[in-house]
Amino acid sequence: MKIGSAGTLTSNDALVTVREGVGISVSIESIVDAFFHDQIDWAVKGELARLNVRNIHVTVQDKGALDFTIRARVRTAIERMEG
Amino acid sequence: MRTTLLFIPGNHPAMLQNADVFGADGIILDLEDAVAATEKDAARALVGEYLKSWKLDTPELLVRVNGLPSGWFEADLEAIACDRLSAIVYPKAGVEELYEVDRILSEVETRHHLNHPIGIIPIIESAQGVVETDDISYLPRLKGMLLGGEDLSADMEISRTREGAELAYPRARLSFACKAAGIDAIDTPFADVNDAEGLLADARTARSLGFTGKAVIHPNQITTIQQAFCPDPKEIFWARRVIAAAADAAKKHQGAFSLDGKMIDKPVIKRAEGILLRAGITDRATADEPK
Repeated sequence: MKIGSAGTLTSNDALVTVREGVGISVSIESIVDAFFHDQIDWAVKGELARLNVRNIHVTVQDKGALDFTIRARVRTAIERMEG
Repeated sequence: MRTTLLFIPGNHPAMLQNADVFGADGIILDLEDAVAATEKDAARALVGEYLKSWKLDTPELLVRVNGLPSGWFEADLEAIACDRLSAIVYPKAGVEELYEVDRILSEVETRHHLNHPIGIIPIIESAQGVVETDDISYLPRLKGMLLGGEDLSADMEISRTREGAELAYPRARLSFACKAAGIDAIDTPFADVNDAEGLLADARTARSLGFTGKAVIHPNQITTIQQAFCPDPKEIFWARRVIAAAADAAKKHQGAFSLDGKMIDKPVIKRAEGILLRAGITDRATADEPK
């Protein structure tokens, strides 16, 4: 199974790991989950739509990243998975 | 005005999201030396998204890209091309390479439908670059030139010193070339971020040689550099008096005139105007003499 990851577990970053899947599923662990779960989910799915990715599982370990960081980490993780 | 240009590592989200709070005139998002080879892809994606999310007019946003020989240049440009990007900062610049950079930038601008051209600030950091500064300064897209003292010293196989005497020639060469071409002359960063006194002296030296600004490698250097480059109250007071006296002289149809026993003519008035401009003063009324 192909896997890709990008980012770190340092403050304001997120470690995003992707692997091939059926349909789209997103798992989020965040230090601000109670407040920003939906926004992180929205940023991830927005980037997947932009990249036209339809079958993938995404895990986000978030340390307070802003949207631009989430989007960038998702894209890099997918590019790395695709080699 | 580019008095302070602050380098921020391109793969550091925490520093990126706070980059605008330090009061620098411009931010150089670094994809080159600050980023490990294995993280170039992640950094360019992050900087690209950062630029596209940017909503403010200031500070100016620039990106230090990887140079053409690295093989990463075109991927860097594809990721960062957008109207928020003011200019690329191009490392180890030489004339021939910069023509090629200009050609590639034109292609990228067309492909991305940009509304304004992306500028270039080349880093002069090799002996070859120093001897080519005159030719480089008149290339298209140039907004300024930045002196890279560390790499230049390595290329010259000489040591860097706190006083910076080894940079006297390249500094002079670069500041004259920039002034002649009407672009910014940006001085090399001061490496010791804990030496405010050394930084102040270094920045004052650069200012005295005609530099218009200085690169910054730590936010705690910004205020000191601003202090060195901003005219002091005595200079401002003198400049205001010159401008006021020039206005009176013009009414009397005088060309040159005298102020405090010294001749004031066009070059002196121009220098006074430059001081007020650097101080950000638009109200030219004569101020009280500084204590």
